[in-house]
Amino acid sequence: MSRESMEYDVVIIGGGPSGLSTAIKLKQLDPSINVCLLEKASEIGAHILSGNVFETRALDELLPNWRELNSPIKTKVSKEKFLFLGKSKSLSWPTWLLPAVQQNHKNYIISLANLCRWLAEQAELLGVEIFPGFPASEILYNDDGSVKGVATQDMGIDKEGNKKDSFEPGIELLGKVTVFAEGCRGHLGKQLIQKFELDKGKDPQQYGIGFKEIWEIDEKNHEEGLVMHTAGWPLDNGTYGGSFMYHAENKQIFLGYVIGLDYKNPYLSPYDEFQRFKTHPAIKKIIEGGKRISYGARALIEGGIQSLPKMFMPGALLVGCDAGTLNMPKIKGSHTAMKSGMIAAEAIHYHLNHGDELSLYGKLFKESWLYKELFQARNVKPSFSWGLILGIIFTGIDQILFRGKLPFTLKHKHADHETLKSAKDMTKIDYPKYDNIITFDKTSSVYLTGTNHADNQPVHLKLKDPDLPIKYTLEKFDEPAQRYCPAGVYEVQKENDVNKFVINSQNCIHCKTCDIKEPSQNIIWVTPEGGGGPKYGNM
Amino acid sequence: MKILVAVKRVIDYNVQIRIKEDGSGVVTDNVKMSTNPPDDNAIEEAVKIKEAGKAAEVVAITIGEEKAQETLRKALAVGADRGIHVKVDNIIEPLAVSKILQKIVDKEKPDLVFMGKQAIDDDCNQTGQMLSALLNWPQATFASKIEVKEKSLEVTREIDEGLETIEINVPAIVTCDLRLNEPRYASLPNIMKAKKKPIEEISASDLGVDIAPRVEQIKVEEPPKRKAGIKVANVAELVQKLKNEAKVI
Repeated sequence: MSRESMEYDVVIIGGGPSGLSTAIKLKQLDPSINVCLLEKASEIGAHILSGNVFETRALDELLPNWRELNSPIKTKVSKEKFLFLGKSKSLSWPTWLLPAVQQNHKNYIISLANLCRWLAEQAELLGVEIFPGFPASEILYNDDGSVKGVATQDMGIDKEGNKKDSFEPGIELLGKVTVFAEGCRGHLGKQLIQKFELDKGKDPQQYGIGFKEIWEIDEKNHEEGLVMHTAGWPLDNGTYGGSFMYHAENKQIFLGYVIGLDYKNPYLSPYDEFQRFKTHPAIKKIIEGGKRISYGARALIEGGIQSLPKMFMPGALLVGCDAGTLNMPKIKGSHTAMKSGMIAAEAIHYHLNHGDELSLYGKLFKESWLYKELFQARNVKPSFSWGLILGIIFTGIDQILFRGKLPFTLKHKHADHETLKSAKDMTKIDYPKYDNIITFDKTSSVYLTGTNHADNQPVHLKLKDPDLPIKYTLEKFDEPAQRYCPAGVYEVQKENDVNKFVINSQNCIHCKTCDIKEPSQNIIWVTPEGGGGPKYGNM
Repeated sequence: MKILVAVKRVIDYNVQIRIKEDGSGVVTDNVKMSTNPPDDNAIEEAVKIKEAGKAAEVVAITIGEEKAQETLRKALAVGADRGIHVKVDNIIEPLAVSKILQKIVDKEKPDLVFMGKQAIDDDCNQTGQMLSALLNWPQATFASKIEVKEKSLEVTREIDEGLETIEINVPAIVTCDLRLNEPRYASLPNIMKAKKKPIEEISASDLGVDIAPRVEQIKVEEPPKRKAGIKVANVAELVQKLKNEAKVI
């Protein structure tokens, strides 16, 4: 059965800050450009998860009157804290001693999901056609090898791959330019980077996994506008990570933890590190008596400019974290993602009118404040490969004394899937039991995400070699998928004394960590049926 | 034949419901909303009947706030011909809904009215029955199979004891069970076409219906938390605990 096709000037894949900004900017430059945007979530915002302390620089440029448009940007940062945590003590670091990039007094505490919903409304008012619930599952190419567009996922296929009564074939969306804005580790972006060798000569990309919970806390512990970050416990000196706690509106706090996926111990469980972190006296006293109302997790980009692939290829562009524009020392990627989308729109606009190559995008990017910002930030993350303490000392010198202008660039040496050591050489970590008050098991956490995938559809987490998890990964690394997955998708079950690798794909919250961290790159994340995945509210 | 299908916008069934702190209701801000699942079955069945050449028009109706139009657009995308949006700002009760539907039926003169057997938000399961009484039309509730005959319907109903098959005369009300069919997906081109299908907007106050609530809601509370279980060492201990602590044997 042949697929229907629809033609647009520009097809955008992904309704996050970068994709939506691309769409809005395009329509501002020329309302006659027809733009379509696909989103795999059931609605815009439902797959968005971010801290988020928002710098308005890009939005100020995109929609200068955003204050008058009932935007969900309300809570200005009023106070900042930075704590070093020991096992039971904490040391407050004076904020004037923080590098400028980590100062937030001009920024806002927001829900990025709500910002995206609002951006989508602005885009629709400008005439952008937005289709939530339609994952792009396949890249289409012209005969000359350039990108022609994408195809959406077929709907109504059963577990075995047969068509159900409700079968609805995917359709082809063809664009003069296709913009990939899938976010960190987009599954099509990954294919493009490989096919066009966009990462040639770049350092391997670096990732982290970020967790977020929303708590409603006791009024007396709530300080609207307070931004707090911590480093240190429960992570050891050699593991990169830290926490955030943002006091938002309505007595809510956004509490989260980020851990670099370059960790070495296969027994480490990022989820349990986050749960354990909440039991620290400095944190517990704030959330005690409160109620957890949301949970979620998502991988994020940490590689910076050294790992940033070329962002253009014939017929297509990468924007935001599908390429990797997050600014790690700033702990911010929203304004950079938006800016990359806006630059992309300018390049596309010129391309549609003058037929020049899309390489203009690369040129405009290099001239922008975005490039300058990422360049200054470049040495922070790699310096933490020397450990937390040396990392902090170096970052102080690099960011405060030299403002990112040291005459060298540190390299990222390994991809994250290469960093795990053999289980036999590492010590098991004994995580405390969950108390169901402050710390919770994965099952009840996943329940809060509202994630669901229609049953009787093909498993969307593919194994290149189905025997590898038990034959090799279990033996060598004690199958770390059981621990790095924040949603309990992967289990090793014993059946009649035989180990079996189980994939509970219906639990998947689309964080992409397995696709990144699996030591043999044996797990491939592909798009499930449209609308599947989490149903995040104000994440 | 003309079929009127009532659809309701509710909190998506995957979303964990949160109670407002003051106990005045549930949180709906920034919560994913969808069509009430058995209403999807109602639309699907109506569209199937039309595709089989037994109905000429399928009209979808929803009653609710501005954004309830999304629910109509979805109904239009899977095959309804046009929509009617009766605007109300507050939550209204099944009696008010059925009175509004009665007015619309008077105006539209459909031969059949389909709707879900109940809405997953208030679980009332009353609207179809009340509408049937108001119109003095026959009703078939919990339908899991519908066969359209010359001037009647043969409907299989899901009842506690099993399946009951009844024949009712048209015009009639049918409330639909989830087992009735598997709703189709809205395809992208059909979603686009649906944007161009007409939706008539009517304000509830123009219909001259008293929609004031008859029930006073005192408080909304979460169900009590389930207490943690314990592990027993052996059968003897289990029996002893069931006898002395749980006092169930």
